[in-house]
Amino acid sequence: MSKVIFSNITKRFPGVAGATAVDRLNLTIEEGTLVTLLGPSGCGKTTTLRMLAGFETPTDGTITIGGRDVTNVPVNARNVGMVFQSYALFPHMSVRENVEYGVRLLNLPKGEMKDRVGNILETMALTQYADRPPSRLSGGQQQRVALARAVVTQPKVLLFDEPLSNLDAQLRERMRDELRAIQLRLGITSLYVTHDQSEAMAISDRVVVMRGGVIEQDDSPVNVYSRPGTGFVAEFMGKANILEGKVETVDETTVRVRIASTVAFTLPRGNRAFRVGEAVRCVVRPEHIRVDADGTMEAKVRRVVFQGAYVEYLTDLEGQECVFLDTDYYKSGVAEVGQTLKLSIDSRPVWILPETETAALGKAA
Amino acid sequence: MTLVSQATPSARTGASPAFLRKIVVDPWLFGIFVLVTLSVLVFAALPIFTVMKQAVVTEEGFDLGVLVNTLSQSFVWTSLANTLMLGATSAVIATAAGFLLAFTATRTTMPGKTFVHGVALLPIISPPFVMALAVVILFGRSGLITRELLGIRNANVYGFHSLVLIQSLAFTPIAYLNIRGMLQSIDTALEDASASLGASRWTTFSRVTLPLVTPAILSSTLLVFVKSVEDFGNPMLIGGNYNTLAVEAYSQMVGYFNLQAGALLASLMLVPSMTAFLVHRYWVSKRSYVTVTGKPSAQTIRISGSVVVPLAIGCYAIVFAILLFYLTVLYVSFTKLPGVNNTLTLDHYATVFTAGFQTLSNSLLLAGIATPVTAVAGMLIAYLLIRKAFPGSFLLRWGTLLSFAAPGTILGIGYVSTFNAPPLLLTGTAFIVVAAMVVKNLQVGIEAGSNQLRQIDKSIEEASTILGASNTRTFFQVTMPLLKPALFTSLSYALTRSLTTLSAVIFLVSANWTLITVTILSQVETLKLGVAAAYCSILVFVVLAILAVMQLVLNSTSKR
Repeated sequence: MSKVIFSNITKRFPGVAGATAVDRLNLTIEEGTLVTLLGPSGCGKTTTLRMLAGFETPTDGTITIGGRDVTNVPVNARNVGMVFQSYALFPHMSVRENVEYGVRLLNLPKGEMKDRVGNILETMALTQYADRPPSRLSGGQQQRVALARAVVTQPKVLLFDEPLSNLDAQLRERMRDELRAIQLRLGITSLYVTHDQSEAMAISDRVVVMRGGVIEQDDSPVNVYSRPGTGFVAEFMGKANILEGKVETVDETTVRVRIASTVAFTLPRGNRAFRVGEAVRCVVRPEHIRVDADGTMEAKVRRVVFQGAYVEYLTDLEGQECVFLDTDYYKSGVAEVGQTLKLSIDSRPVWILPETETAALGKAA
Repeated sequence: MTLVSQATPSARTGASPAFLRKIVVDPWLFGIFVLVTLSVLVFAALPIFTVMKQAVVTEEGFDLGVLVNTLSQSFVWTSLANTLMLGATSAVIATAAGFLLAFTATRTTMPGKTFVHGVALLPIISPPFVMALAVVILFGRSGLITRELLGIRNANVYGFHSLVLIQSLAFTPIAYLNIRGMLQSIDTALEDASASLGASRWTTFSRVTLPLVTPAILSSTLLVFVKSVEDFGNPMLIGGNYNTLAVEAYSQMVGYFNLQAGALLASLMLVPSMTAFLVHRYWVSKRSYVTVTGKPSAQTIRISGSVVVPLAIGCYAIVFAILLFYLTVLYVSFTKLPGVNNTLTLDHYATVFTAGFQTLSNSLLLAGIATPVTAVAGMLIAYLLIRKAFPGSFLLRWGTLLSFAAPGTILGIGYVSTFNAPPLLLTGTAFIVVAAMVVKNLQVGIEAGSNQLRQIDKSIEEASTILGASNTRTFFQVTMPLLKPALFTSLSYALTRSLTTLSAVIFLVSANWTLITVTILSQVETLKLGVAAAYCSILVFVVLAILAVMQLVLNSTSKR
């Protein structure tokens, strides 16, 4: 009913030459799912969201909601709800008036209007604050008013523009889970914009990583983290070592890659083709490397950062930088700069970046 | 490469629908925009261009001879030189006085600051020529000071010296508020830093404070200059043989029925006014080191001791002069025949409330209509300019700027010449007076509204539209309530100006619709000083009372 499809959407802002915010973007948001647009500032994620809202008009391409072309439909006729980064609560209205605002415009019978507003205030645990001005609520409560106001009109699509960025870290996690719970309960098709990768992974059905106006990867949270399509995605999703290596051997099911004289992995190759001697890049997450007296891998400590729960080491692995985390530092003590550590890598989560990225990099260089 | 080749054609096809979409999405708002822009063009730009045309085109078409003939007459150049001389002198003195008041009030321990502040603002809310009236009463041929106290029989109060005194005092508040605003927004930590580096008080003042407020000083000088050029009442009453452009244009128009000369003189007024205004807007205001937010930062006052004494004496002198003038007017309004028969009486008030009551009620009625129209239109235009930027909004921007910068005289003459024939036969109606009041005062509301709008998070309005409200509805239900402070600024300004204006409306009043300021002028000219003083006192009182009520309303509605 309310599946969202962006087809070949391009947005260029006038003036500055070559200011292409979004470049031929294709994206589908399945009915009832929550898709997150994730990326650094200026990657086009907010522009994409604002085009779905109707605040920006695409230079090219079409957007449909539930099969209806809305590309040229004005904002107020799209039946889309939005939670703003600043909440954008009307400061001159009470909480109830804020929530009522959109419902009034639906021309519902008075009783139904009252019911809807009452119900959503109840759901959001806001009933006791209904007559207060928004300025007298806490950040989390303001967030709930913003959400109540956005969903009370029963929009087809719900948009979130970095809704948690104004909250402190603890509250952010709680509100994140609350938002997700309500989205799931209402089963409302949602598009969520953030630059926080852990928030994106925690809340989404799919994560769309954007860079420079194009989609880098559109995948499930698990895949975006553990099977990144590009080095950019790998590094954006969290700390990652991207280690260069050479293919040593290939057989029916596996491929063996050597990273350094003391490090090599044998990995399942799936349906990907490798040549012996081919240069590849492997993603190794810091949490998969550990200090191990029996380990074969040797690396020299360059920098030590004590973080309480763990020690973060920056090491030199035969000329390549390698970062890892040691949560067991209390057992063997904290190593010092210049010391050589014996390590082992759990090779199961190691991921070879797809060839296209390597090829693209080669071309760029 | 492929990107570039694909970019050009789609950009072209994309531009035109986006351009049209702005209009299609908001047919109502676009309609309002067109209506407002047309009104501004007809009531602000057209009259001014009509005057400029009349200056060079006579009934027989463009005639260089007539132009040369007019330009060769000495009164043109004398009045131009007089205007510039008066403007420059008043600007310098008023700015110096304003600086003295502002600096002393914000940086020293002078006692009685609230009182000084209150009195210093008095000239802003009264017609500028209240001062002229006071000067005639005090220093005229039968003046209370010249004749009664000093026994001078033939004191000549008329001329340049009196004009400078009056304008300086009348326009000091403009400079005072301007410079005070900037002094308050300078972080005093800068001055502390200078002192901590070993600078003396004088070094800190001359090397830190003064350079930082220089933009405000320049800006005040230019603003006072513009005000002085525009001033009609004072030169008319007390200029004597010292004619300025505003007075000369009026007497050519009304005295000699010489439309072409009047139009030319009025057009000449545009030159200094527009120059000063544009320099102010596009040069001085961009050179500010501080942004005046209207939110004073924490001030530490640390200039105390003997240096305060001369500064305070200077301030008290200014305040004393202003107070003396106003109290004189108040006193005279209760006096039978000042200087001749000083018995107290209520006769003048009786006259005002009987024979002169229509004038008073006309003024209140017309200003009462013009004020809300000005304020709401100002907010609406600010919204259209800042938030919507429809194609053609530069016309609106420049139309309103022009009407603000142009002296009232040219606007008044322009109205008479433009709206004296069908389909726009408006001369003699109340409408034309109201239109002049609105157009002349619109810009202040637009400025206040624009500044406020820039501080309102745009997503609050977006939230309204995404909830289903049209842009027109959003403006009236969301934007307008948030603009309330700017709306009140605009209301107060429009009310004060509409009630006290003279230079434009003097050309527009008729037997049916005359205004209090015009009546005061004619009372003074016929030396009915008591009645004039009574009118002035009532006017000041009415303005103060309405402003107080508005402040109360604002306070009570913004408790939330």
